[in-house]
Amino acid sequence: MGVEGIGARVVRKEDKRFITGKGRYVDDIKLLGMTHAHFIRSPHAHAKVKGIDSSAALKMPGVVAVLTGQQLVDDKVGNLICGWAITSKDGSPMKMGAWPAMAPETVRFVGQAVAVVIADSKNLARDAAEAVVVDYEELPAVADVHAAIKAGAPQLHPEAPGNQVYDWVIGDEGATDAAFAKAANVVKLDVTNNRLAPNAMEPRAAIADYDAAEEHFTLYTTSQNPHVARLVLSAFYNIAPEHKLRVIAPDVGGGFGSKIFIYPEEMVALWASKKVGRPVKWTGDRTEAFLTDAHGRDHVTHAEMAFDANNKIIGLKVKTYANFGAYMSLFSSSVPTYLYATLLSGQYNIPAIHAEVIGVYTNTTPVDAYRGAGRPEASYLIERLMETAARQLKVDPAQLRRTNFITQFPHQTPVIMAYDTGDFNASLDAAMKAIDYAGFAARKAQAKSEGKLRGIGVSCYIEACGIAPSKAVGSLGAGVGLWESAEVRVNPVGTIEVLTGSHSHGQGHETVFAQLISDRLGIPISQVSIVHGDTDKVQFGMGTYGSRSAAVGLTAILKAVEKVESKAKKIAAHQLEASEADIVIENGEFKVTGTDKAIALPMVALAAYTAHNLPDGMEPGLKESAFYDPSNFTFPAGTYICELEVDPGTGKTSFVNFVAADDFGRLINPMIVEGQVHGGLVQGIGQALLEHAIYDANGQPVTASFMDYAMPRADDVPSFNLSHTTTLCPGNPLGIKGCGEAGAIGASAAVINAITDAIGKNNLEMPATPDRVWRTIHAA
Amino acid sequence: MSTVKLTVNGKAVAVDVEDRTLLVHLLRDHLNLTGTHVGCDTSQCGACVVHMDGRAVKSCTMLAGQADGANVTTIEGIAKGDELHPMQAAFRDNHGLQCGYCTPGMIMSAIDIVHRHGGQLDEATVRQELEGNICRCTGYHNIVKAVLDAAGRMKVSQAAE
Repeated sequence: MGVEGIGARVVRKEDKRFITGKGRYVDDIKLLGMTHAHFIRSPHAHAKVKGIDSSAALKMPGVVAVLTGQQLVDDKVGNLICGWAITSKDGSPMKMGAWPAMAPETVRFVGQAVAVVIADSKNLARDAAEAVVVDYEELPAVADVHAAIKAGAPQLHPEAPGNQVYDWVIGDEGATDAAFAKAANVVKLDVTNNRLAPNAMEPRAAIADYDAAEEHFTLYTTSQNPHVARLVLSAFYNIAPEHKLRVIAPDVGGGFGSKIFIYPEEMVALWASKKVGRPVKWTGDRTEAFLTDAHGRDHVTHAEMAFDANNKIIGLKVKTYANFGAYMSLFSSSVPTYLYATLLSGQYNIPAIHAEVIGVYTNTTPVDAYRGAGRPEASYLIERLMETAARQLKVDPAQLRRTNFITQFPHQTPVIMAYDTGDFNASLDAAMKAIDYAGFAARKAQAKSEGKLRGIGVSCYIEACGIAPSKAVGSLGAGVGLWESAEVRVNPVGTIEVLTGSHSHGQGHETVFAQLISDRLGIPISQVSIVHGDTDKVQFGMGTYGSRSAAVGLTAILKAVEKVESKAKKIAAHQLEASEADIVIENGEFKVTGTDKAIALPMVALAAYTAHNLPDGMEPGLKESAFYDPSNFTFPAGTYICELEVDPGTGKTSFVNFVAADDFGRLINPMIVEGQVHGGLVQGIGQALLEHAIYDANGQPVTASFMDYAMPRADDVPSFNLSHTTTLCPGNPLGIKGCGEAGAIGASAAVINAITDAIGKNNLEMPATPDRVWRTIHAA
Repeated sequence: MSTVKLTVNGKAVAVDVEDRTLLVHLLRDHLNLTGTHVGCDTSQCGACVVHMDGRAVKSCTMLAGQADGANVTTIEGIAKGDELHPMQAAFRDNHGLQCGYCTPGMIMSAIDIVHRHGGQLDEATVRQELEGNICRCTGYHNIVKAVLDAAGRMKVSQAAE
């Protein structure tokens, strides 16, 4: 590797603007004549909208307009869509109720918009919103999945009787039943995967600007995937055709999945900017984020695992109720199905699996992908089951995992996924060594003598990343392909611009992607610019989520660079009067191998653009593009082990050590990879110990600010001990698996396994707050 | 409306604002100092931290009028030209930031922490002191490293002065 090439711990190019306050987020942008939007949101979880009286508001100074859901209907603006079609076990399509951007008739969750005030300033819009009178007729509401599917429960959508979206199955039920019939032992577990609020630190925001002369819209938005936003806004919402809509996602302050989706607010801002003839800006506040950013997780599951007499797993049965909230968000349907149940084999040889997933509407904020998206729920379930089994079978939990590890690759699981490579023993060994697993018993005894309950918890996760092979996801119901595109432009002076459809909102693409160019062409990363986040600059792309940007996005860049290299070698050979086959690229020079003849990249680039002396028939210029569609998912995997102490007097948990051994394939920038793991681990620990988006029985949110929702803070979490084992991914030329979600996928089970080990009780729901732990310790 | 007179990053300014204007909005909307962010509206997250008369304050939790006559420093005002403040450099060198949204507030709080502890810091103290700043990206690991690193650098640079 070069000093800035693949594998180098290069500090980030993008940091300077962030540490000096020069980042440019949506809310930092001001346009001439800009108005400000404030949404009027339902305070009720379920109600009829009987009328909206905006007459007093419209008389207030500075108020430009009050727009309602009925006007959206009148203007034939489309409803929000769900982009992944799931088929129930009876062959019927999923049952979806319509989701208008502002509700004209019925509101189905607290925070759903019914109208928007447009005014000269944000304060004036807020003041005027107070003067808008909405006449609601309250309806009975339901927030809990089990309550929602009971006979007589309040019904959300006439299209979905019994509040059921789908009843979906995967796997071989007959084979699984047969395995259970001959099992020596069966382990049973009920778990709830608690609902989380994603809480990117930058609240969502949008600025829409309509140019009446050109009939053209520009949208600045907090998006992880501006091209997908443009596609959806154009194709489904009737806002504008794609060539008349530019979507810009500038610096975006975190996403974690919540900024994948196209939300009502940006649709309304676009529509309103045309109606009022001025730019419209909306910036959400934190409570709006809690009420309207798609939530994550929220599963209730019963699972049973069958073992033979040698402690080998022979079957797994899972039944999961997934709470979708009040409407089906953009990719929500795929999360508890193809992103969850397809990972239920974990790292283990399980010959027979059958899973049933029932998707349920409730009067709560819609639920969709949040860091890990289905895979944390699968990993948590399997790793809690393995721990429960080890306790029931009275074997060491690490050994039980080892007994059941998949060791031969490729491995076809009974739930679609074909794992390409891995070495699960290697990551388990590395983690056990790092935490001194063998010495734990002595440490536990020592802690006991000091009045503390010490526990250790193992979690061996696997995930499917590098999302995703287009043909495969298309066959499973996805409405889009999940390839990525790239363009590499060598300028006449030899500097390089890389245009990518990936989007960086903290991942460090401006550095990591430049490292690949540096590695290939031998130029410093300071001479490479990464261009992203603007549909006018980058032709198309699918954005960033599902740990896909290195495995898919960077591979697309590699494909484009290879084309550039090929043309540049032809030019160099021509200039040096050598054979193209003899040209090698070293330290930014094109050399004739075995000679001292060389020409530097800038001279090759200049030759390409002056076109005075190119090979016959060659087009001028040095710019190439590529689309890359992966052939399979990638399968990052690893082992996390957590050691902690519980104070039996207070139920408070204190970390002693947390080790992570991950196999992400090839690492481009280990410093950035470690940062991704740290952040993911804390989101997983947050779920295990602190975070819970809570609704009361009537659908009122109880946690709608940082005063009520416990975000992990610096003194809640430990420093981490990270290491890597490596099996290169055979599915892409760089051998990359992806690292963005692993921490969030694997951490929560390690924590709960450790606490339950410490307190000697197996059943403990997340978040394991001191109160809940204390009650569990002292329960009969 | 009132006129608020204050010094921001060494420059005297007088700004006409509605009486209900928060300091953060004076900085962002009137002075275009958009490095100071709003992340929570409830004084919890610390994305809005600036220095007022040498102390870290949450600029979303005070009225602009309360800063009348004060000396305010924002993230835009801590580097000396092209020379980064040691805390800024430490955040970059230790990968103490990802999306960058919490970063200005983190850096302003962290400088205050180092000042108050006279550079005598350990990991537990830094974690406790960062209680009023929330980061969703980094898991705090590298932020803590950066603050400890900067504490050393700030001691050295003070000694040099």
